[in-house]
Amino acid sequence: MLTMTPKEISERSSLRINPCKTCQPVGAMYAALGVHNCMPHSHGSQGCASYHRTFLSRHFKEPAMASTSSFTEGASVFGGGSNLRTGVKNVFDIYSPDIIAVHTTCLSETIGDDLTAFIQDIDIPEGKYVVHTNTPSYVGSHINGFYNMMSGFINYMAETTGQSNGKTAIFPGFVNPGDIRELKRILKLMKVPFTMFPDQSGVMDAPMTGNYAMYPKGGTTIPEIIGLGDCEKVLALGELTSEEPANVLERKCKVPYSLMQLPIGIEATDKFVMELSQITNEEIPYELEEERGQLVDIILDAHFYFHDKTVAIFGDPDTVLGLTRLVLEMGMIPKYVLTGTPGEAFVKLANNLFNQYGVSDCTAKASGDLFELHQWIKNEKVDLLLGTSYGKQIAKAEDIPFVRAGFPVLDRYVHSYAPILGYKGAIRLVEMIAGALMDRQDRDASDEEFEVVM
Amino acid sequence: MTESLILEERKDFIKFGFEKSGKTAIKCESNSVSGAVSQRACVYCGARVVLNPITDAFHIVHGPIGCASYTWDIRGSLTSGSDLYRNSFSTDLTEQDIVFGGEKKLSAAIDEVVQKHNPKVIFVYATCIVGVIGDDVEAVCRHAEKKHGTRVIPVKSPGFSGNKSYGYKMACNAILELLRPHNNISKTHGVNILGDFNLAGEMWIIKNYLNEIGIPVVSTITGDAGYDNLIKAPSAGLNLVQCAGSMTYLAKKMEAEMNIPFIKVSFFGVEDTSQSLIRIAEAIGTEENINKAKTFTQSESDRLRPLLEKYKSRLEGKKAAIYVGGGFKAISLIRQFNQMGIETVVVGTQTGKPEEYEIITGLVGQNAVILDDANPAELETFMKEKDADILVGGVKERPLAYKLGIAFCDHNHERKHALAGYEGVVNFTKEINLSMNSPVWEYIKQET
Repeated sequence: MLTMTPKEISERSSLRINPCKTCQPVGAMYAALGVHNCMPHSHGSQGCASYHRTFLSRHFKEPAMASTSSFTEGASVFGGGSNLRTGVKNVFDIYSPDIIAVHTTCLSETIGDDLTAFIQDIDIPEGKYVVHTNTPSYVGSHINGFYNMMSGFINYMAETTGQSNGKTAIFPGFVNPGDIRELKRILKLMKVPFTMFPDQSGVMDAPMTGNYAMYPKGGTTIPEIIGLGDCEKVLALGELTSEEPANVLERKCKVPYSLMQLPIGIEATDKFVMELSQITNEEIPYELEEERGQLVDIILDAHFYFHDKTVAIFGDPDTVLGLTRLVLEMGMIPKYVLTGTPGEAFVKLANNLFNQYGVSDCTAKASGDLFELHQWIKNEKVDLLLGTSYGKQIAKAEDIPFVRAGFPVLDRYVHSYAPILGYKGAIRLVEMIAGALMDRQDRDASDEEFEVVM
Repeated sequence: MTESLILEERKDFIKFGFEKSGKTAIKCESNSVSGAVSQRACVYCGARVVLNPITDAFHIVHGPIGCASYTWDIRGSLTSGSDLYRNSFSTDLTEQDIVFGGEKKLSAAIDEVVQKHNPKVIFVYATCIVGVIGDDVEAVCRHAEKKHGTRVIPVKSPGFSGNKSYGYKMACNAILELLRPHNNISKTHGVNILGDFNLAGEMWIIKNYLNEIGIPVVSTITGDAGYDNLIKAPSAGLNLVQCAGSMTYLAKKMEAEMNIPFIKVSFFGVEDTSQSLIRIAEAIGTEENINKAKTFTQSESDRLRPLLEKYKSRLEGKKAAIYVGGGFKAISLIRQFNQMGIETVVVGTQTGKPEEYEIITGLVGQNAVILDDANPAELETFMKEKDADILVGGVKERPLAYKLGIAFCDHNHERKHALAGYEGVVNFTKEINLSMNSPVWEYIKQET
């Protein structure tokens, strides 16, 4: 497994090996799937839409619907205007969504298609919407595409009436439906009226009914997106994911925002809950206090098994930062922390965490790849690997316990239904981490050391 | 209901089983309609899936990161040697490269590979954007080949330049380039296997059978192929074409250029497997090989019969829908279902050829519907209308089938077991049975 990876690290300026990111459009597609009755539309050649749908289906084990402009040679020379016009008409005619959310691709970006102009020229049926965003695949990663699509919806649809609707808008970041459900549960416990945007719960974790719905029940509704402009405030979760759309909404509709850490682990969840309690001026309900207490209790019970263990964490920036905080709270050492998404802010935030918890000899990197992470591990091994399914090759090659979290997880089931956010999510992560380490201890134990009670 | 869900532009792509004569030929081999939720992929995808199984090659994707990451280790093509191909290499083009051109970065990426990893062969895939910004990938490859003395083969696969079938062709061209020059290669008595990608080890099964009947295998294209073995391909006496959709083009070129005749074979189903083995022996073997083939196929068929009979009682009378890439595979599947006593009611392919659709029309019953480049709405409509019990398809169709309460078998990259040969028949039958007769279906019915 991965036999070509040498231990000796050499400078690579041009060659990317085993990426830890993918391109913008798939993020845009995921964001658009979090809007009710919305058809994501890929403005490019048909392979893009096919790849993105496959990628999402592999992670969520759900159908991922999206249409495509099906570019040919002609469109690439003369522009994709007529493709988009035909495409939009066909999508409304046959799939009847309420909104079509168009995102671009490297192809349509490079030939210079002006989507704003194209959409202005299209006859959109009464009460329907066509929105767009620019998602050049050669800039940033799927995370950029995700927040750009959010900005696209806000740009086209959010409005201010001058009257507050009393709601708090929650931008959950690039997370699983299970996380969104957990956020909603906490919001309900805290009695905070909210709009979740986007909201893939009920879409990408839709139940089995025996009937197929192209647009499942979930997703942020059109009135809710329009109403974002009348929200009291935005809680933008994920420092590197949610700021841009929060900014766009603030500029457009003067809705203020708080930029917050993705609530993974004790402290970040505490901050989120405190923020909510300030909104309503209500006491934190015992149910949440109890969950927090349970989490701390569990970490205490099991701390011998993970304290001072080293871990390599990789994936999307805010998810990785959240996981880093949690493992630090557990007394582990986040030896290597890596994202493929570009942006030095990630490194700064990770280094702040290292300083805050007083750990040394830890490395953080943005724009990294898994080939390099593997080389680091070859030079100094870690006790645990924590990240997406793409880590499994490294885990096997180096014989390291492996816990899957983040996007994508392509080789396991149920992960997208269960949270890693909130106290409940942290309890789940602690169970997975402790379980992986203890399974390893059992596996490696001699018959004499092998114990039933641990 | 059916009518309203089908776009006017799509009607020519759909044919019904009762339209037996050729006068209403199905429309195929054209591009998807703009706005359709197409299940189809692009030129790059076609090229990539054909070449990816070459295990000791460096596959460098020249483009933004997406094209590389979506094709990283997805094919389930197994290797008996190098695992190099399970890494993902790309130039990860950024905005600056788009503005100033990506040729320099590509050259540097090739240099980095050569300096550190001593490659035998590098394939460089041109993606959509490379076609638009005007990088001369061929020139870069030619130059690198000279500079390093290593084969560096360009794959001309910008996504928009056609459909997936065109990508197969571009991959075949790349293979041809790798095989050249081949003037001084002496002929041997052996075959090349074209168009098996060793998914779940299927190439090994086929090789075992050929070994059983005494036919030597020269090269495998491209399942479990390595450079040293690939370049011997011109010395073979016969080409066996399994995935006709992707490899007929290569076989024809090899026939013209290298004087290697070819026959089309299929190793899906007892009937097709047996026939293929006997035909191979007849085409290149001696009397002894032919006898061996007849004995072997007879004994294998006999071995399977009781098992298939056992399952038949559970499967008979059920209805199947098929949605696969190529027409040739669809044909094999219909035959297999016929043997199980399962009626095929929906047949769709992404890249079927007119002559294949003719055969399909002949194999299915009056009740069946045939679709080219079907989209999910059409699949849904017809699977429901025809009351299909199981769908055979690929990754995008799996969750759709489940949501419709229809069983599923992956006959694509995510197949769980080998589906080729006699072993494959057993696995396929078991899988069909497993999915169709899972207790979970009972609970869905209770809910609705």
